[in-house]
Amino acid sequence: MSEWIAACAVDDIDPEDVIPFRHDGVDYAVYRSPQGEFFATAGHCTHERMPLCDGLVMDNTIECPKHNGRFDYTTGKAAGAPVLVDLRTFPVKIEDGTVHIGIG
Amino acid sequence: MGTVPGMVVVGGGECGARAAFALREAGWNGPLTLVGAEAVPPYERPPLSKSMMTGPHASAPATICDAEMLRNGGIDFIAGTTATDIDRDNHEVVLAHGRRIAYRRLLVATGATARPLPIPGAAADGVRYLRSHSDALALRDRLRPGARIGVIGGGFIGLELAASATLRGCAVTVVELAPRLMSRGTTPQIAAVVAARHERAGVDVRCGTGVARLERRDGATLLGLTTGETLLCDTVVAGIGAVPETALAHKAGLAVDNGVRVDTRLTTSDPDVFAAGDCCSWPHPLYGGRRIRLESWRNARDQGGAAARNMLGADEPFATVPWFWSDQYDLTLHIAGLPDAATTEVVRRRHDGVEIRFGLGPDGRLLTASAIGTESAAARDIRLAELLIARRATPHPTTLADPTVSLKALLRQEPH
Repeated sequence: MSEWIAACAVDDIDPEDVIPFRHDGVDYAVYRSPQGEFFATAGHCTHERMPLCDGLVMDNTIECPKHNGRFDYTTGKAAGAPVLVDLRTFPVKIEDGTVHIGIG
Repeated sequence: MGTVPGMVVVGGGECGARAAFALREAGWNGPLTLVGAEAVPPYERPPLSKSMMTGPHASAPATICDAEMLRNGGIDFIAGTTATDIDRDNHEVVLAHGRRIAYRRLLVATGATARPLPIPGAAADGVRYLRSHSDALALRDRLRPGARIGVIGGGFIGLELAASATLRGCAVTVVELAPRLMSRGTTPQIAAVVAARHERAGVDVRCGTGVARLERRDGATLLGLTTGETLLCDTVVAGIGAVPETALAHKAGLAVDNGVRVDTRLTTSDPDVFAAGDCCSWPHPLYGGRRIRLESWRNARDQGGAAARNMLGADEPFATVPWFWSDQYDLTLHIAGLPDAATTEVVRRRHDGVEIRFGLGPDGRLLTASAIGTESAAARDIRLAELLIARRATPHPTTLADPTVSLKALLRQEPH
């Protein structure tokens, strides 16, 4: 069972963008797709642990700010070298204009 | 050996390794050989001057691909071996121990070596260089608290080493011949920020200063500076640039011009031989066909991938925007494009204090962007600038300077 944590307001994230969220010492990245859907992944790249919230969101892709490793943030799928390990994803639900992510 | 000629990659660094895997990704399923001069599988070099120096323990290289990945990729990796000749008439590469490997297409990805200090006696006096993991281990061992470290050369490698040595508690002096730091690679403003950060950390930064002589004295090295001063160092490390490794290509009669000379398809003067990475120079389509050679992680990877596809007939011009980063202390400096190509500078001062410096050409085209910030604070804007440069965008200087207009919005206005 997931524990739902309020991460941010819906309007805190621009479409096709990402913001950081920290809970209990763990970093997450919360995304809003160009279509207005919300997603959440682990906060750091699986390659060299760079913070993904400083990376560039283009369509459904987040690109690591340091080495340009790319992931599909809707599935966590790594797009190939230099990133070889998929990104962990977390369920998201919207309630009363607040984005909640399911952890645990 | 009677085998079918396959694809052969000479050089087991970032570029050669990427090329080998990219050949498979692009559909090559014949024989594939990767020849590396070092005894270990391909590894990442960027950490050598940074985390490898500052980490709590001496660590193994950050492997790009281990033996299993190479095996799974069907890549015959020949380690600890250099190629000594290319027999172009017979389409064979000759290795140091005499083995000959037949090739259908060959990639030269031999990289670059540290430029030796042009001072008599420098070799004999134990000046150190940083290029390989074993260089890094040897140097790391000497970065003890209180050790006097003389860094010759205020470029990226020298400054990253100076930062790492300072973090390890060494007393560091950087000697740079040019009037400012990083004069080849960055704008004066960014160089000034970097110089101030080093000075704040306690580094003695001496620009406009050369080294005239070197001598051993009581187990230390005495540097005689062009200013007449002397500097006593426990360890001297030189980071004065790199020289492309062109001996193999030159011996084989391939054209060499500040690196192995290739065209936009990364083809050498022999259509079955390609070159990529630090060892080659090519005419960059985004900069009027100006012939450049880059020494960077990103370029090595990207050119390795493009060369691999072209070896299989893709006919893909290599026009990727040059992109580079350097980490020093908590600062990261990012550069996209060629800083010296620009004639007009436009500065965007972001609300968080980060300055993005854009360079435009005489026709208003965006040619370069650079910034320095804490860790990856500037990364996204520089990445967006890179995409704008690639699309030959001509953003209005007023818009470019306005931090309330996102660079992504500018990018959306550009035709693909």
